[in-house]
Amino acid sequence: MGFVKGLQCKECKRSYAKKPIHVCEFCFGPLEIVYDYEGIKEAISRDSIEAGPKSIWRYRELLPIDGEPTVGKHVGFTPLLRGENLGKVLGLTNLYIKNDSVNHPTLSFKDRVVSVAVTKAKEFGYDTVACASTGNLANSVAAHAAEAGLKSYIFIPSDLESGKVLGTLIYGTTLVGVRGNYDDVNRLCSEIAANYKWAFVNITIRPYYGDGSKTFGYEIAEQLGWRAPDHIIVPVAGSSLITKVWMALKEFEQLGLIDTVKTKIYAAQATGCSPVTTAIKNGAEFIKPVKPHTIAKSIAIGNPADGYYGIKTVVESGGYGEDVSDEEIVEGMKLLARTEGIFTETAGGVTVSVTKKLIEQGRIKRDDLTVISITGNGLKTQEAVENSIGELTVIDPRIGSFQKTFNIEEEK
Amino acid sequence: MPINVRIPSPLMKLTNNQGEVSAEGKNIGEVLSDLERQYPGIRERLYDENGSLRRFINIYKNEEDIRFLDGESTPTKDGDEISIIPAIAGGSIKNVRF
Repeated sequence: MGFVKGLQCKECKRSYAKKPIHVCEFCFGPLEIVYDYEGIKEAISRDSIEAGPKSIWRYRELLPIDGEPTVGKHVGFTPLLRGENLGKVLGLTNLYIKNDSVNHPTLSFKDRVVSVAVTKAKEFGYDTVACASTGNLANSVAAHAAEAGLKSYIFIPSDLESGKVLGTLIYGTTLVGVRGNYDDVNRLCSEIAANYKWAFVNITIRPYYGDGSKTFGYEIAEQLGWRAPDHIIVPVAGSSLITKVWMALKEFEQLGLIDTVKTKIYAAQATGCSPVTTAIKNGAEFIKPVKPHTIAKSIAIGNPADGYYGIKTVVESGGYGEDVSDEEIVEGMKLLARTEGIFTETAGGVTVSVTKKLIEQGRIKRDDLTVISITGNGLKTQEAVENSIGELTVIDPRIGSFQKTFNIEEEK
Repeated sequence: MPINVRIPSPLMKLTNNQGEVSAEGKNIGEVLSDLERQYPGIRERLYDENGSLRRFINIYKNEEDIRFLDGESTPTKDGDEISIIPAIAGGSIKNVRF
């Protein structure tokens, strides 16, 4: 049993049946899932959720599947940890870190959307899944396709980090490197999707896929003791996650699971690919597409699919958008690692350094309840930091060699 | 003063299956009005109830998004090429085929 009533155009509100479609055929707006919130309100409570599995499926009634989850049963419910050490450095007393760098199974928040999308693809009867990806999605689609026993075709820019290439190939997929940036890959995939009966998770079945991201927001609210924080800082690529985190909090509010939401949502981007934060700073409603040039490849999308809604989320919530240089990204990665022991990927460095900037600007105050979103793992983007974190010191296997090298006196 | 307008395939039903048509006008707004005169029904696909261009319709003049020119007031002249591209296609129009 599920609570999905159908699909609806986000723009002109035309209704559609529950099918693998993603665009309104009348006005070309994106489609979204329509839920039976009254039914959901009767079916769930804080207690029932807390009694559920320690995974995203504890929020199953709020996810767009009809049957039981068949793939990715252990995804989500990642740690929300108190960032006391990082907070001291940044000047915050009430800082939390939502840590999806340890999400199961492929170490990024993308496992949330993919477990929902692949479960849905199986419900629709597809035998092949596919995606356009900057890397994390590639890893996750390949892994979940393997688990589901489905074929997969994965399209990425040909210059991705080697960890992301290897971390996709291992699952036995067909990995295609496209000569071009993500926006070129995405455009090509739109054409391919129109010609093949494959479930392109972030194209053909995007409305279902996208709602998996809501669980990131649900978990933050639940793990904070059923309350919404003052601020959430979210790294932005296509702008799907940021809109869904906001939607998640609003849904919890509507369902009476948390009090009135006053959370401000902030978009974090790399300056080398900042169409969303630039629009926010300029007070523009529309994205001006850019050609990405940044080490934060996982969020290097120059023409974000949900950019308009990303801007709207930030403006509606009273947040802001900021971006940081490649040097600041590396500093952010090192800072998180050296204060909290969390090795995040470049996108996490973006989030940490943008948070620092927002504090300096006075937008986030010392005692505000603040959550930073860490969405990926640093082991996948080692190239970004390999020349800036010191190097291995090699010694002979003798205590004299150790003492001579480090000049440390013996402790008696 | 004919201006060439490229029509995306989902709207070609309205233009007798032509992917390119000619229209006239001194600016984008006038060109689109001329399109409606020639092919009734196309206007409601491009504009919402409030008379604004729909958010997920991109209109390009010579490969530049008119949002970053002067919108519907963007002047047009003989030989200009106007393209109507649903946003789902993404990115610059050069590589987009329907």
